[in-house]
Amino acid sequence: MSTTVTDNTPNGVPEGSSEGGTPTKGKGPRLTPTGHRSLLEKQGNANSRATVNSIAMGVLTGAMVLAVIPLVLILYKVGVEGLSTINLNFFTMDEPTYRTTEAGYRAGFVGTLYIMAGAIVMAIPLGLATAIYLVEYGRGRLAGLIRFFTDVMTGIPSIFVGLFVYGMLIASGAIFRVGFSAFAASVAIAVIMLPIVTRSAEEILKLVPDEWRNASYALGAGKARTIMTTVLPAAAPGLATGSMLAVARGVGETAPLILTALGSQYLVTTYFSNAQGAVPLQIHSGATQPFAAGIERAWGGALCLFLFVLILVIAARWIGARANKRA
Amino acid sequence: MSATVRDPQPSLRARRKRLADPAFRWFVTLAGTSVFVILAAMVVRTTTDAWPIFQHEGFFGFLTGDRWVSGSTRGTGDFTGTYGAWPFIYGTLVTALIAIVIALPLALCVAIYINQLAPKRLRNPLSYTVEMLAAVPSIVFGMWGLFWLVPNVLLPVFGWLESVLGWFFLFEGPVFGRGYLAAGIVLAIMILPIITAIVREVIAVHPADQQHAAYALGATRFEVIRKVVLPSSFSGIVGATMLGLGRAIGETIAVMMLIGSTKSWEGSLLRMGDSMAAHIAATFKDSSPEAVKGLMAIGVALFLFTMIINVAARLLVWRIGRVAGDAAV
Repeated sequence: MSTTVTDNTPNGVPEGSSEGGTPTKGKGPRLTPTGHRSLLEKQGNANSRATVNSIAMGVLTGAMVLAVIPLVLILYKVGVEGLSTINLNFFTMDEPTYRTTEAGYRAGFVGTLYIMAGAIVMAIPLGLATAIYLVEYGRGRLAGLIRFFTDVMTGIPSIFVGLFVYGMLIASGAIFRVGFSAFAASVAIAVIMLPIVTRSAEEILKLVPDEWRNASYALGAGKARTIMTTVLPAAAPGLATGSMLAVARGVGETAPLILTALGSQYLVTTYFSNAQGAVPLQIHSGATQPFAAGIERAWGGALCLFLFVLILVIAARWIGARANKRA
Repeated sequence: MSATVRDPQPSLRARRKRLADPAFRWFVTLAGTSVFVILAAMVVRTTTDAWPIFQHEGFFGFLTGDRWVSGSTRGTGDFTGTYGAWPFIYGTLVTALIAIVIALPLALCVAIYINQLAPKRLRNPLSYTVEMLAAVPSIVFGMWGLFWLVPNVLLPVFGWLESVLGWFFLFEGPVFGRGYLAAGIVLAIMILPIITAIVREVIAVHPADQQHAAYALGATRFEVIRKVVLPSSFSGIVGATMLGLGRAIGETIAVMMLIGSTKSWEGSLLRMGDSMAAHIAATFKDSSPEAVKGLMAIGVALFLFTMIINVAARLLVWRIGRVAGDAAV
């Protein structure tokens, strides 16, 4: 009686493992009062499956812990090394030589400010306009292609963008020629930021409910007016989030700056005509030279850059989360 | 009555609207097509600049030649250098492969853990934490790798590797600390968040009904993951891997600080080498106009590689839908 029940259990029991044999063994299977095999009875490979399962769960948990470790280590190392370096001089002085202990990253901070301001002015309006096209107007093949190539553009190596801007604006005067300058660097960073802005803005604009657009049309507004006064304000927090993340990405880029801004140890206040410094560039040159004072300052620069990016990312998340909660 | 007085107003506004709408439309369409303009300009500009090198060495000669001697001519006509990019291509491929081999299993486990095992409250904080890694600027990765990871962790580990597996060509000494393996390990940390984010997204869209059905049949958690969730997420995982690979190939500064910049290529993972992106960034400042053309040629080859990988990856991930979140961009 009990064996037939065992045979019918849907849980695949391997051949010959238990049927018929088990009841005759010294310690028979646990039975219910009605004579059926108890559900508490484990049979066949159940034990090994349970073992494999718990090992796998252990591995997954271990991987999770392992993945968090680098971030903690980086935060700790950069924090400890950076904090011991940063003082007022760090923000108000230039770095004429790496050996001097009385020096700072003023040139880099000003340069990064110049470069990022230019990049933001170029990338964010263009990216938003592209996203508006994709969501509000784009249909058919053209929109699909723009979407696809925007995605592909996010994968272009930043050093290649630097080479392109160098070839386009610095080496040859295809359109107009500038030297190594903050402007060239702005263009490079803007090209890197553009697809990030476009993609995040597109996702956000898609979330604006169509009812709002229809309500705006019903009040007599045209399409342009609807977008400017209804869709964009509704999406504003999300758009800000995406733009801030793009800025966070752009500000840490080093490779294209080597080819476009070139770097400067002294404060440069021109936008178009002189090689310009930047914090990542100064960190890089400071970290790859032998004098201890310069390396310490590089840690200070790394801490500033890292903190700025971290604050930007967290603020962006916070704005995004708050907007989500409200909606 | 007053309505008749105000009559002209709406018609004026209507006419302005008739003008505003098409103008706006043209403006945003133009902005949209700028992507093509930028991409086309990129391809044309760099390829024209690199063309003399490809003519001088031949395209495949350029890719397979293993001698890179920068020439010093200023003109465009004659070349005094030899331009074979194989050492850099080799370094790029090796470091990227190391990165994938380390990062992919880890990213899979992390994504699965966050989606399937973590308590609901912890899911968002955990994924934020992992994605925060993507926000760390690569120069910070480079510094941390160079000044902390290499002397404190990698040098002892590599020394041990060399003493135990030194007979195997991949782990031949001498141990420098910096080298292919060091660069690959830091790259793995850098691409971990992007792979995790996409795999997590791919797993998240897997229908819960199927998983519940498997549980109802008596499957363990691991069996549900292994036999139900992972198989149907396969193409997405491949796509995520390739996006990670593309990111690893294009990474410049961290690799440049950790790979050693030697212009040679070595069988041993513990030795120093050079990668395409790192070589461009490291030698650009000291290059003659002729050598800059050589760097442009490396850039074009790099662009081609990443383009092929990215297009394939996007086509694979495309089916799942686009992934939001900053780690994925």
